[in-house]
Amino acid sequence: MIKAEHISKNFGALHALSDASLSVNKGEVVCLIGPSGSGKSTFLRCIHGLETPDEGKVCLDGQVLDPSKKQEYRQLRNRMGFVFQHFNLFPNKTVLDNCKLAQVSVLKRSDQEAEEKALYYLGKVGLLEKKDSYPNQLSGGQKQRVAIARALCMDPEIMLFDEPTSALDPEMIKEVLEVMQDLAAQGMTMIVVTHEMGFARKVGSKVVFLEAGKVVEESPSEEFFTSPKSERAKEFLGKVFYD
Amino acid sequence: MTLTEFLTKENILFLLQGAGVSLALAFGALFIGMVIGVILAAAKLSKVKVFNWLANIYVELFRGTPMLLQIFFFYLAVPVLISMITGARFRANIYVVALTALSLNSGAYQTELIRSGIQGVEKGQWEASDTLGLSYWTMMFQVILPQAFKRIIPPLVSEFITLIKDSSLASCIGTTELMYNTQVLGARYYNYLYPLSVAAVFYLAMTLVISFFARRLERKMAASD
Repeated sequence: MIKAEHISKNFGALHALSDASLSVNKGEVVCLIGPSGSGKSTFLRCIHGLETPDEGKVCLDGQVLDPSKKQEYRQLRNRMGFVFQHFNLFPNKTVLDNCKLAQVSVLKRSDQEAEEKALYYLGKVGLLEKKDSYPNQLSGGQKQRVAIARALCMDPEIMLFDEPTSALDPEMIKEVLEVMQDLAAQGMTMIVVTHEMGFARKVGSKVVFLEAGKVVEESPSEEFFTSPKSERAKEFLGKVFYD
Repeated sequence: MTLTEFLTKENILFLLQGAGVSLALAFGALFIGMVIGVILAAAKLSKVKVFNWLANIYVELFRGTPMLLQIFFFYLAVPVLISMITGARFRANIYVVALTALSLNSGAYQTELIRSGIQGVEKGQWEASDTLGLSYWTMMFQVILPQAFKRIIPPLVSEFITLIKDSSLASCIGTTELMYNTQVLGARYYNYLYPLSVAAVFYLAMTLVISFFARRLERKMAASD
């Protein structure tokens, strides 16, 4: 469904990502893991177009994301939803309006249609009663669930998550992961940058392990955690799991 | 003449009328200046070099020359220019001139204010707008500017207060605002003590009331931080 081929991205002298490729089939949950600074987030941001890759291309259902073809580029990007580490809810709008804004202004939905959709997804993430609150009145976990609902309101075919639980207090991680797990169970195609190994193992269908801007290993989830192929992945797993 | 002799209903009304004109000028200039400020701030932050340039020239021009010169320029020089171009005599309306000069001048200051406000909005807000597919102007008016304006309320209030005070310069071209009416009364009584003192009280009343409401507004808006 989505293919990233030979993506490279430099920030000045820093090679954040070099020659990284990835292909995701419909309904798959691909987890990007690796040490900090390994380029996972950059990879995800390049796939979405938040960063423009220096080299390589991203295709969605065979169509290349090309910024020079504005109309087509916009339409392709609108098929992807993005969830940020720091939520990035609009603080000047209520939870409901956060979910409605883009529906009305981008998808040209009627106010009523947008509201129904927003309420539906807010219900799904369990925050219907917070619809009139402002983001600053919510906990971190609640904010992130709203951010997920906001992205889902746009009917994306694929959801990208950039360390969705890294900015949360420990006791709020689970509520967000559960929402994501539900989403995966309903067949949503997902790419998730995460440090939550439990989630990657349980929910992920595939793991892509990155280090120093390179894809080191790509394996089915279970296989990656039970018998990683690369030495570097073995070492990494040995360090993250505390037994 | 004593103060009570000066404070007739007629004189007070005359000064109040002047204060009304001052306030109207300041309010109009704040609003028009804000529109200019938003447009030029967008131009300053644009990737198009020509826009940056034009905005910079505008800001430097209006910040770098005296307001009094600008008022006289619009009153005395611009009509000459218009006459030269159209060939017909042109006489400027002093109220329009005063409002134009104040607005354009304030626009330069507000450009810088709004630009700094926009730049203070977190990068994540732009990115979130981008991932949701919002158009540039939807993002600006729905997401970025509301947050930017919230940050710059205190300096915008100072700008409004400055405008109220600077509107007094329009008295030089005969605009019948508070300062002009004060001078009229001073000349009538050959005594400037009471007119100027009362005018000072009127100016203070306006600026203090504005500060008061600004503080309340700020507190109210801080609630959604």
